[in-house]
Amino acid sequence: MADFSPERVGIVTESTGNEVLRIEHLHKEFEGNVILKDLNLTVRKGEVIVVIGPSGCGKSTLLRCVNALEDIQGGQILLDGRPVHSGAKDITLMRQKIGMVFQSYDLFPHKTIIQNVTLAPCKVQKRPRAEAEQEALELLERVGLADRRDDYPRQLSGGQKQRVAIVRALCMHPEILLLDEITAALDPEMVHEVLDVVLSLARSGSTMLIVTHEMAFARAIADRVLFIDEGEIVEESTDPKEFFTKPETPRAQAFLKTFDYE
Amino acid sequence: MDIEVIRSYIPLYRDALLLTLRIGWQGVLWAFVIGLVCTLIRQLRIPVLRQLVTVYVELFRNTPLLVQLFFMYFALPKIGIRISAEVCGSLGLGLLGGAYMAETFRSGLDNIAPIQEESALSLGMSYLQAFRYVILPQAVTASMPGIVANVIFLLKETSVFSVISLMDLMFTAKDLIGMYAKTIECLTLLVVFYLIMLLPVSLLGSLLERRMRRAEFGN
Repeated sequence: MADFSPERVGIVTESTGNEVLRIEHLHKEFEGNVILKDLNLTVRKGEVIVVIGPSGCGKSTLLRCVNALEDIQGGQILLDGRPVHSGAKDITLMRQKIGMVFQSYDLFPHKTIIQNVTLAPCKVQKRPRAEAEQEALELLERVGLADRRDDYPRQLSGGQKQRVAIVRALCMHPEILLLDEITAALDPEMVHEVLDVVLSLARSGSTMLIVTHEMAFARAIADRVLFIDEGEIVEESTDPKEFFTKPETPRAQAFLKTFDYE
Repeated sequence: MDIEVIRSYIPLYRDALLLTLRIGWQGVLWAFVIGLVCTLIRQLRIPVLRQLVTVYVELFRNTPLLVQLFFMYFALPKIGIRISAEVCGSLGLGLLGGAYMAETFRSGLDNIAPIQEESALSLGMSYLQAFRYVILPQAVTASMPGIVANVIFLLKETSVFSVISLMDLMFTAKDLIGMYAKTIECLTLLVVFYLIMLLPVSLLGSLLERRMRRAEFGN
């Protein structure tokens, strides 16, 4: 049985050889409200970590901090040992290694699908257009949308847009993918097509930090589950099945109970 | 209506039209430049200048062009600043238009959700790249109807130029009526010439709007 005492939670002391992301004593507050407090987390290559917790618990903020879309007030976030910080000189380089997919997909409405996914590879990484397009098409093919390459985002369904958003992030060859409630804005029948893509990414070894409210999905995909409440990791489990059937802490129990309808 | 009279007036109106167009377009050009500078100051949140922009915008949006021109043409010389009527006209129009353009550009930018910028940043773009490739194209398209409306509004506002003795269309019509009392002929010509000036702008504007919308969003 794993040890979930507060001291142990989130602090991985094992080999750091292949760690991708390390968050140390992260402290985030906004206008006097503490949103994340002393949060520690290490993500290793190929690991899929699912973050769950009640609304407003800080889980989306956590992802936004990792991508430096939010300033942090304490601690540090290291990617490959280098700090990620909104003020850092190399922040654009760091962000290229951190792919992010948002809840509301946020494709660029004035660009076609192929332009959406090749814009950053061409303009930021200065890759030749033909090469970027070929790779993009292969990825679009994988999510079943290669034939929509010249359509505009408004012509796609929510699920299709979200799949394009995932491809857009993948085209930058990120070392880690942050998925921020990517199915929360979708109609129920479209949730699956998006989650299937994420599952196949997990199988092919992508490193991911996922915030979601889809418990069955979390259970299926997670190597590790983090339950966050009021800005801190309350429970962490490397055995998702165990966690979802028998959470240890009362707060996690109460939270998971809200998904039951018996 | 006396066709002969109309025919004999046409060259006068044509000259007036050319003058109106020349000063009008100079004014529109000024309006664009001033509007862009104001928008830049606001976007970059430059202190002091930003407050000055607000004062400027509210001052010029909330006073009539007529009063602004009077002020420039008759009051400024009293403190030693002498500006020719033509410069007064184009600069006055530019200052008025700049205030309107600044507001139009601002609303165009406000239209773009902040997460568009965040999406771009999260892909590793710099602020400049995000602005250039993601924000600006959308903002320009969103501002287009407002920009066209402003241009038409400004060209129409040239009709008050006559108060500072510029021989624009309005001045010419009033002058001719005063001298020969051919009121109907003069006013009909006036309407026709304003239409000649503004209809192409309107048509070009809506064509441009549609073109951009299609190019930008595919519809």
